[in-house]
Parts: sequence; structure tokens; C-alpha cells
Amino acid sequence: MSRDAILGAIRRGLKRGPLPEDQAFALRARLVGHPRHLTPARSIGTHAELVSRFVANVEKEFGTLTRVPDLAGVPGAVADYLAAQNLPTDFAMSPHPELTQDIPWHLRPMLQIRVGRAAASDLVCVQQGYAGIAETGTLMLPSAPERPTTINLLGDTAIVVLRASRIVGPYEDAWAWLRQRVDPVSGGFMPRNVMLVTGPSRSADIESVLELGAHGPRRLHIVLVEDAPAP
Amino acid sequence: MLSTSPEFKANAARALEDPSLQKALTRTRPQHPAKRAAAKAGLPEFEALRDIGRDIKNHTLQHLDFYLETWAGNVEKSGGQVHWCSTADDARAAVLAICQRVGARTVTKGKSMISEELAINEHLEAHGIVPVETDLGEYILQIRGEPPSHIIGPAFHLNREDWEESFRKVHTDLPADRVFAERRDIMVEARTKLREKFLAADVGITGANFLIAESGSSVIVTNEGNGDLTQTLPRVHIVLASIEKVVPTLEDAMSLLRLLARSATGQDFSVYTTFSTGARRPGDWDGPEEYHVVVVDNGRSAMVGTEFQDMLRCIRCAACMNHCPVYFAVGGHSYGWVYPGPMGSVLTPSLIGIDKAGNLPNASTFCGKCESVCPVKIPLPKMMRHWREREFERHLSPQGVRSGLGVWGWLVQRPAVYRVLTQVAAWGLAKLGRRTGRLSSLPLAAGWTAGRDLPAPEGETFFARYARLQREGKL
Repeated sequence: MSRDAILGAIRRGLKRGPLPEDQAFALRARLVGHPRHLTPARSIGTHAELVSRFVANVEKEFGTLTRVPDLAGVPGAVADYLAAQNLPTDFAMSPHPELTQDIPWHLRPMLQIRVGRAAASDLVCVQQGYAGIAETGTLMLPSAPERPTTINLLGDTAIVVLRASRIVGPYEDAWAWLRQRVDPVSGGFMPRNVMLVTGPSRSADIESVLELGAHGPRRLHIVLVEDAPAP
Repeated sequence: MLSTSPEFKANAARALEDPSLQKALTRTRPQHPAKRAAAKAGLPEFEALRDIGRDIKNHTLQHLDFYLETWAGNVEKSGGQVHWCSTADDARAAVLAICQRVGARTVTKGKSMISEELAINEHLEAHGIVPVETDLGEYILQIRGEPPSHIIGPAFHLNREDWEESFRKVHTDLPADRVFAERRDIMVEARTKLREKFLAADVGITGANFLIAESGSSVIVTNEGNGDLTQTLPRVHIVLASIEKVVPTLEDAMSLLRLLARSATGQDFSVYTTFSTGARRPGDWDGPEEYHVVVVDNGRSAMVGTEFQDMLRCIRCAACMNHCPVYFAVGGHSYGWVYPGPMGSVLTPSLIGIDKAGNLPNASTFCGKCESVCPVKIPLPKMMRHWREREFERHLSPQGVRSGLGVWGWLVQRPAVYRVLTQVAAWGLAKLGRRTGRLSSLPLAAGWTAGRDLPAPEGETFFARYARLQREGKL
């Protein structure tokens, strides 16, 4: 069997048999403890500093951003952005309760919303942001019934509603939140899919010149909702 | 993939005379070092992270059996399947079996160097399944029937006119007189064409930059989003990964990811870094119904415990080739197989044999730039030297080279004879070049002097001069 052949060949190279129990125990302890390595200085700061670093890094990576004082500001921010970009007012939106229940979309009755996954014909998709990572202006978007993956990918324009309290410094802080989750299938913490998204899709495959909008969204717009920092 | 590595010298000679390739090389060469340097400047901890990256990989390789078993167990717990494959044949068969079981007609593919190594496309085609490359660079190469020339910028050797010509040839349903005013128009056409393929595909195949032992996840890193569409839309997702891709934890992966994009493209982070773990969960709106990982050895386990083990640390960032004077003279195709540049010169002989790839470790000036930019500090020049030794030991190098090395070896072990001979040579060459101060031809070195002159020696050897200065009290 290939599995035994491969493991056997590795062990021959390492000049030992299967790991002795005491060593395996130490390695399992490392997995359970999952120690962090170096945390870069650029991911450390007060929450206000991290928010402004997140904003600066999103813009560096060709993303755009609107800041609104509360969830009631979201419909206006979305409608104004779509109008400014000459985009249609209908979009696909994730069935996340923060989007479907907490945001007063009726304030902008022109917006036509279809809740669910994205279709290939969708020009605009609205996603709920799980976390923002200041270190590189990165969004963490884990899959869930209320956060379909296609919403991140299929639209020409991706809009993400992110609460400022969900902005952390380093990637590891965002993973620490996700580690508290219990997956219904594996019993572990990982959802089926976790996307770390930094700016809109791009490619430099043609003559090594960067162009935006390769296969994923051409535009990434974040509506940042200023709420109280998480404790 | 069929290897032309034994013809490296002929390949290189052709590449040097290829104006289109030289145009692309000249355009690209200065970009990489500047981009990496700028990204590095934005992360003062970069050098410290290189040590951490090296240590994480070394720790994993020392316990590779344990971490692979842990990873495989966690894949199965999250509803995925692992297919262990010792050889390229096993891996091709495993992929084909999955595709045939689900009745696949078309398969979309994200960029994967291991799939080039396994020649998956040819195998699927031979069995009536249509593979579609979706990375923009890989897509044009598939149309043109060319292999990639770089591990992250596979089509950088092509010029804009090549893209336009190929697209006009295959996208015949579009108006023949359409205008590609900008590079963007080329990309938009590919995006539209490939969207149809993403939606129609039955199976999506991606590679993996990392496998995470603690959660049984596979990780892909792309800028285009094609890998994500490939693994999200079809019913079945197949991951192709080699055994050395595993790392213990997410924290380990994140430290390596801090190095990867900065070393590769000079970005702080790639656009899409995606972690896949098992198949669609209850209640999910999208995602594949089946998740398979074909984990491939294909010669790597034989490197464990040898002087080539360090090569298994490689995270495929391409920094070594991006900074290599030889690579940027002859381009990627000259190397004749999947992995070009310094990392290829070390890895290729391990995977296809030094008898076929012996020229590659010789294609180095040993300037050491590759090792100095490697994010996991692989001692590439040292390992190329090991391969040169093996090639010599196995009598694989040409007779001329062997005799020359033999004479040299004899000479340097006899310092008195060496000094006399070099003294004579220096004196003779000085006399020959007396008038112009340079020598435009030399016996046994016509190849070298064909392109440049040798400055004539002054008539005194280094040893003689050193001894004289010491005697005169000047040192």
C-alpha cells in the first residue's frame, strides 16, 4: 500500500521507526498549543491605530472603503457607491442575520436584494466580514450557511460590510476567534472554506504588468461600520 | 512532462538567439529584485522570519511521517479522502479514477506545478476528459501547447502580440476584426471565456501551497481567484499535493505566508489565500460535494536524510530564479523540465535522475544570490556542488571535462609544479598581450574569448607577488 511505502521510506531516511510515544506526545502538545512565532510590529497597536492601518493597507492593495457610524448608515453607503460606479441597484447578499436583519435596507427602497448564494450573472455581491486584519488590509471570510463562498467570488464588484470592532492586528488574532468555533462535521474548528482576501482580483501574467479583475471581483469595496471595540 | 534537460546546452544556445524571449527577459529582469526589496523594507522582521521559516520546515521534515499521518487523519474526520501515491503513475491513476467515477467530461484546473510534474492533462485527454487551465498564464500556454517557463509567472516569456495571435486563433466565435487596444482587453476576453468553463466543469483540480496537519486543510495562494472558482463551483474538488507541503499548525503556515508573497511577487500578501477543509457542510449554499487530496511522493521521500533534504523546505516562491543571472540569460524552457532556475537545478536531478539532468547544476555561476534571497534559506549552491560531485563520481560528465578536471586535480596537489607552470603561463601571456594589453584569442578557451577579450596578465603570478611584497615588508 502506497501509504505504508511512503511513510516507510521517510522513516528509513530519518533512520528510525515510527516515533516513540514520548516524542509523539511532545508533538501532539505542540499541535494543541499551536504556539505563535514572531508577531510583526506592523500588526501591533491600539485599536484605533489598527483600524487606520487596516484602512491604509486596503487602499494600498487597490480596495476602497467607506466609513459609516452605525449599521443604519450601510444602505446609504452601498447605494451611493453603486451610483458612483454606475452599477445596477440589484445585488446578491449573504443570508447573514447581521445583513438581513440588523441593517435597515428599507431606508433605500431602490435597492433590490436577492438573499442567498451568488450566480454567475451577478454584477454585485454583498458579504458579511468576519474579521479584518490590519497587518496587510486582509479580510477573513469563512464559509458558513450564512456566508456562502460564491458571494466572495462571482460578482464583478464585491462589497463587504465589516464592523470596526472586528479588526485585529495579526492574522493569528483572527484565527484565534475562529478557533472557538465547533464544526458540525469534523468536531474541529475549521469551516469548509476560509478565504483571506486582500484587495480585488488581479494578474500580471500579460507582460508582467498588473491588471485588476482577472477572474474574481474587479472591485473590492468595504463598508466599515464604526462600533464599540470588542472587549 | 517530457524532459529536454539533457539538451540544456542546445536549449540555452537557442534561447540566447531568440529575440522574442530576450525581449521578455530584458523587460522582466529588473522588476523582481526591486519588488522584493520594497516588500522586505516594509517588514523589518523579514530576516528573523527567514530563520523561523527554515526552522518550521526543518522541524516538520524531521517528523514528516507523524505530521502526514496527523494531517491525513484530520482530512478524513472532516469528510475528505486522502489518496497516497508513491509514483506519478499512481497519482495519474487516482485522479483519473475519481474523474471517471463521477462521469466527468470537463475538468478545470488551478495552477499547480505538481500537475505539470505528473502530466495530468495529457493523461486526462488520453481518456477523453477535457482539462482546462484557468490561471491566465497557464491558459495561454495550454492554447499554445507550451510548458510553463517560470513557476509563478508561467507565461512571462510571451509578448502581447503572442497573446493576441493565440486568442484570435482559438476564440473563433468572436468577431475576427475585434481590437485589443490594451492588455486589459486580452484579460477580459480570457475572463469571459473561462467563466463558461468554470460553470460547466464537473471536477476542479488545484495544487496546494501548504497542508495543515492540525486541521486537515489544504491552502492555495492566488491573485486571480481562478483557484477559488476551480475549487468552489464543480461537484468534486481534487487537491494535488506533494508530501513535503505539510506544516503542523495554522500559526506555522501564517509565518511562512508572511514570507511567500513578499519573496514571490513583492506583495505583502497575495489577493486570495484560501484554506479548504473537507466537503460542503450541512446547510452550505455552495462548495464541492466531494473533497479529495492526492498526496504524491514521486521521489521526495528518497531525499529525506540525504544531503538534499534541505531542498524539501522549498515553498515555490521563485525568488531564486527571479534573482538568477543564468535564468535571466536563457529563460525557463532551457532547463527542460518543470522546475527551472536554481531550485530546479537542485530538485530536477533528484526527481528525474542526475544522468538526465546533470547539466542543470552546472548551469550556475555560484554567485550565491539564490541562497541569499531564499525565504527558507536553502543552501542551493552547496547542493548544486553535491550534484556536480555525484555526476563526476558516476562518470557522467563528458570525457573532455573529466580529463581537464583530472589534470587540474593532479596539478593543484603539487604546489611546486603548479607555481612553475603558472609562472610560465603568466609570463607567456604577458608577452603575447604586450602590445594591446589584451588577448583576443586563447588556446583551449575559444568559447570564452569569442565574446570578450582577456586582459593580459602583468607577468607575475599572485603567489609570486604576495611573496615579494612580504619580503619587501609591504604586507
